[in-house]
Amino acid sequence: MKRVSRATYAKLFWSVFKLSACTFGGGFVIVPLMRKRFVEELGWIEEQEMLDMTAIAQSSPGAIAVNAAILVGYHVARIPGALLTVLGTVIPPLIIVSVISMFYQAFRDNPVVNLVMAGMLCGVAAVILDVVIDMTKTILEKKKILPVLVLMGAFIAVRFFSVNILLIILVCGIIGILETWQREKTNREAMGK
Amino acid sequence: MIYLELFWSYFQIGLFSIGGGYAAMPLIEQQVVELHPWLTSVQFADIVTIAEMTPGPIAINSATFVGTMVAGVPGAIVATLGCIVPSCMIVMTLAYLYYRFRGLSIIQGVLAGLRPAVIAMIASAGINLFLTAVYGKSGVPDDIWSFQPLALLIFLGAFLVLRRWKVNPIKVMAGAGAAGFILFSLF
Repeated sequence: MKRVSRATYAKLFWSVFKLSACTFGGGFVIVPLMRKRFVEELGWIEEQEMLDMTAIAQSSPGAIAVNAAILVGYHVARIPGALLTVLGTVIPPLIIVSVISMFYQAFRDNPVVNLVMAGMLCGVAAVILDVVIDMTKTILEKKKILPVLVLMGAFIAVRFFSVNILLIILVCGIIGILETWQREKTNREAMGK
Repeated sequence: MIYLELFWSYFQIGLFSIGGGYAAMPLIEQQVVELHPWLTSVQFADIVTIAEMTPGPIAINSATFVGTMVAGVPGAIVATLGCIVPSCMIVMTLAYLYYRFRGLSIIQGVLAGLRPAVIAMIASAGINLFLTAVYGKSGVPDDIWSFQPLALLIFLGAFLVLRRWKVNPIKVMAGAGAAGFILFSLF
């Protein structure tokens, strides 16, 4: 395994620290931001790997943001990296919530805080939409019909029927296996001829 | 021993909350309101508000809040640790397995099936946030034209800046916060 420099550790830690400190709204908000940082800006992770990591983070117990941070840290620097990213993810909310829980009443009723929050919410929604467009492009570029159908089906199931996310993951995983078997079977038959 | 109890309660929350975010809420409520006399249900409702208003995962935020209330800063640290230890063990194992076996065609198949589904879920979460941003917390009203035009303006501005100039998202969010403060207080 390649040696990981101290500068890489520092960059890894501060990247997740900053994301965690600025991310309102939990798991599905921080994951697109991690993708922006680690796939686009730093180029440490492949697009496909990031999606795989999101799927693993989503289907494992615990907070999605923490799980995704563990996977990113592990990818970059194995177990020390994972421990570092967990710390980076947990410390900002730990500090912020400790302080806020002392001044909770004043914080909740502060009009400035509320206006800034309302503005940030618009920004976060824009960031997520931006990332979704980029990710959908990578699916469309493959010019295969099945992934597009899975995307639309999963979207409809989540959005309009509030189907349990674990059930969707299970079904989509099975569809993936069946598709692979089918493709390998046709490949074998083609080779047999 | 209060620290052990806090650790153990949050260990269970961390272990059994699959699907993240609001899926964890009933579990947290059961542990800290029903099984232990740590919070009243009013305080619990406050946690939900705090979790919405502050960065970070809701389980971690509630661990910090409850820990601080019950046993000060050490309590916050112990509860947070309890919450992340199950994730660390399970996800690191999965990460190891992923890098070890992802070449297998069956794993390739599973992952290929999951990728579009993940995009769909992120899209849905994004739409929820967008609707909350332009219509407020109560959701979409019967009259769909009663949205907040300023919120929509900030959203479109942020979106344009992101697509066209690929600006760092954290700067975009900070900018949107500043724009929110200026526009919402002026108009």
